Amino acid sequence: MSRTLYDKLVDAHKVCDLPDGDMLIYVDFHIMNEYTSSQAFSGLDQKGLSVWRPEAHLSVVDHVNATRQRDPHDAASKLLIDNLEANCEKHNIAFYGLGDRRQGIEHVVVPEQGLVAPGMLIACGDSHTTTYGAFGALGFGIGTSEVEHVLATQTLRYKRLKTMLVKIDGDLAPGVTAKDIIMKVVQVVGAGGANGYAVEFSGSAIRAQEMSGRMTICNMAVELGGRAALIGADQKALEAIKGRAHSGTLDFGGLEWNSDAGADYDTEFEIDAADIAPLVSWGTSPDQSVPVDSLVPAETEGMTPKAREALNRALDYMDLKAGQAMIDIEIDSAFIGSCTNSRIEDLRAAAAILKGKKVAGSVNAIVVPGSTYTRLQAEAEGIDRVFKEAGFDWRPESGCSMCLAMNDDIAMDGERIASSTNRNFEGRQDRGARTHLMSPEMVAAAAIHGRIADVRDFLSEGAE
Amino acid sequence: MPKIVHGLAAALPLANVDTDVIMPKRFLITITCEGLAEGTFADLRFHDDDTPRTDFVLNTRPWHGARILVVGDNFGCGSSREHAVWGLVQLGIQGIIGTSFAGIFYDNARKNGLALPIVSPEVRDQLMQAASHEDGVSYTIDIENRIIRTGETELPFDMDDATQTAHLEGREDTLNSLEFADANRNYERGLDDQQRVRVIQ
Repeated sequence: MSRTLYDKLVDAHKVCDLPDGDMLIYVDFHIMNEYTSSQAFSGLDQKGLSVWRPEAHLSVVDHVNATRQRDPHDAASKLLIDNLEANCEKHNIAFYGLGDRRQGIEHVVVPEQGLVAPGMLIACGDSHTTTYGAFGALGFGIGTSEVEHVLATQTLRYKRLKTMLVKIDGDLAPGVTAKDIIMKVVQVVGAGGANGYAVEFSGSAIRAQEMSGRMTICNMAVELGGRAALIGADQKALEAIKGRAHSGTLDFGGLEWNSDAGADYDTEFEIDAADIAPLVSWGTSPDQSVPVDSLVPAETEGMTPKAREALNRALDYMDLKAGQAMIDIEIDSAFIGSCTNSRIEDLRAAAAILKGKKVAGSVNAIVVPGSTYTRLQAEAEGIDRVFKEAGFDWRPESGCSMCLAMNDDIAMDGERIASSTNRNFEGRQDRGARTHLMSPEMVAAAAIHGRIADVRDFLSEGAE
Repeated sequence: MPKIVHGLAAALPLANVDTDVIMPKRFLITITCEGLAEGTFADLRFHDDDTPRTDFVLNTRPWHGARILVVGDNFGCGSSREHAVWGLVQLGIQGIIGTSFAGIFYDNARKNGLALPIVSPEVRDQLMQAASHEDGVSYTIDIENRIIRTGETELPFDMDDATQTAHLEGREDTLNSLEFADANRNYERGLDDQQRVRVIQ
């Protein structure tokens, strides 16, 4: 019988059925960060349990660390970082901490280190663990109680998800990126539209994406509710895992990690790649986005009272007026970073827009490379100079930084940020902060204009 | 874990309430699960100067003592932070009635005995409207029979079998799963050497 990639991955990792209807699944590899793991280690201690297989875990410092300098910016963040290091030392778990060349945002570090391969099952106490689906691996986020469970058993209690196929065929127009693809998918399926589903992406527009773009797409699948995201393994995925620190040590198979022809999905969506424009979020949910050259949405006749209230609440928080042009919106800050868009390919693409240009005088522009290796590679390519000459603050350390503002990169009340990140929630970048999600190229364009800008205008300038 | 949740219900009609809103990030810089009640819905509950916002339902009578929330679609979306569930429980919330919950939030709730009955949009709207009445209304969430009771009315809800069992048995999942250690060792014996991740220290 034809099976989906998702079902193949679940079947291959099933340890046993449980009496209550769930199953135990085996976790090949588990990643921890400093903010969702402390209580899990405490739980082990309280129950007198040990770590089942210490070598199958990696801890990376990324969420709370400062990126202006290496040392923690305050005592509280130092406590979290030191606590993780002490727990890892006690349990003999690999720890990539501050000052380690392998440190960075966990979902940037793992592919860089060759710790993801097609056919693996990867869990992490972070919702954006869906990123690994780009390699034909099953990755998903878990809570702290589940972190404890993986540490103690190397398994999770699991319920099989429903399957959703999102097929995107056709060619993208110039200036349209992987970020726009996934923001379009979130818009079409809705912010909770994939709750209870594993989402598989297919089609020629997905195949055409390099691994970096595929990771961006799978990363943000959680913003439509997908508990897992998947793209079938192909030659690009197999090439991308070669030549890394762990490459020779792992082999879970290869091209068999694809859905069978004729496999059934519980629901399917089709999107024409040609219909996707560079998108910008206007509201406080990732599905509230519009093409950059259009207007802030207004109430429509058929709108339910609930939809009307949601629209007006978002407009009020964002301090926007229905019907105003998106490209008129002035920004205070520009941020390039996060597990969604901080890889070397993202930095190169943004630098191509910035080259020879200056950030508008009023804009506070920051770029935080996704990992220490990424930063060193960018510096070797001279990308850091392009950013610095344009007026960006090129951060010497890596981490999540202003994506969720758990370090000292905190937005001011009312500050408006063009951001290459994944969530525009109320208060995400701090209380009262107004986040506009977009591609890194679009953040660069906005930084130059001092207002939301259409990256396509910069492409035609280059062509002249 | 309670098999029956009974108490005053408060309506929180917003859709897509994310875990950043439930537990803002400034309360996450901690290595324990304690003291999170004050952080729960902090930006909705308090002004900048920490005075209560009177436009938030849990700050108004009679709902300041609510034990049950009736919520909009896609509650608990976003970050995996279990702190959101710890905080809700510490605030005294024992059940949240909605149409859909984000997956990680749903699993985190189960681990902490927070019941999340799933109902149809029509039933949710009905319960939300009743919960908005100024006198307040109490609901009973009967987990064993998967029924919400209010007055003479009984409304069925969805909850998967494993989650229901976890609530009814009050089971500690980690210890329970270790009872299946033999199956786990069998599975591991079937792995090739290159299917065993060994992270370089």
